[in-house]
Amino acid sequence: MEGSDRTACEKADFKRELTEVVPHLRAFARGLCGRPDMADDLVQETLLKAWAAQDRFQPGTSMRAWTFVILRNAYLTDMRRNRFRGDYDESLAERVLTAPAGQEQPIHLSDLHRALLTLPPERREALLLVGAGGFSYEEAAAICGCAVGTIKSRVGRARAALNAMLEDGSVPQRSLDDAAAHRAILEELDHVAAGHGVAAAS
Amino acid sequence: MTSRTANPTPPGGDRPAGGRVARPEWADGLRQLYDSVVDEPLPDSFRDLLAKLDAQG
Repeated sequence: MEGSDRTACEKADFKRELTEVVPHLRAFARGLCGRPDMADDLVQETLLKAWAAQDRFQPGTSMRAWTFVILRNAYLTDMRRNRFRGDYDESLAERVLTAPAGQEQPIHLSDLHRALLTLPPERREALLLVGAGGFSYEEAAAICGCAVGTIKSRVGRARAALNAMLEDGSVPQRSLDDAAAHRAILEELDHVAAGHGVAAAS
Repeated sequence: MTSRTANPTPPGGDRPAGGRVARPEWADGLRQLYDSVVDEPLPDSFRDLLAKLDAQG
């Protein structure tokens, strides 16, 4: 069993920190893959992988960042196996996010989430890390295994795409039903997964 | 976590290319989406899993 050269105290600390980040892992996973049940499966997979790899965690560094790397890699792997369909969270459907002045239709949280799910995965995760998770560009770059400038570019493009969709009301009703769009996303996933994001999980 | 720099840039502190407003109206919604999940009670399945980890040594 891995972890044998850590003291009981260190293992207890690891376990406590791991427990504390579970709600954050669930939130990140929900944003990435939409469906709550699939997101929770992903988090469980992440917890098992993190536990098995605990010798590689450096005490004193960010458990949230470390486990997010593991989660995103598991997500990318599962996406390429086509396990996630990108369905959105039905429970958000009625929650009004904002009703801009002069606009008849308010923007709902579900609109935002559906729009988010149409983004290419590397832009979606960049926006989630920075815009939702509160990571700095530098931290997000470390999690994604890419340059800071790349993260800034991805966040900027993600914001522009969401702006365009939300402001002119062109959010698709269903995010990934279009076979061509889905294929394009899988091709991008291959690109993203090819050389990035292995800082902690492998 | 290899690429650390000394001066992290605050994400809200700059403006995207093209002079677009950095924080559109929906920006807080991303936080809301995230925080609403963080604030959910943890399902029992996670407590069970975390409890089992100790048994694995």
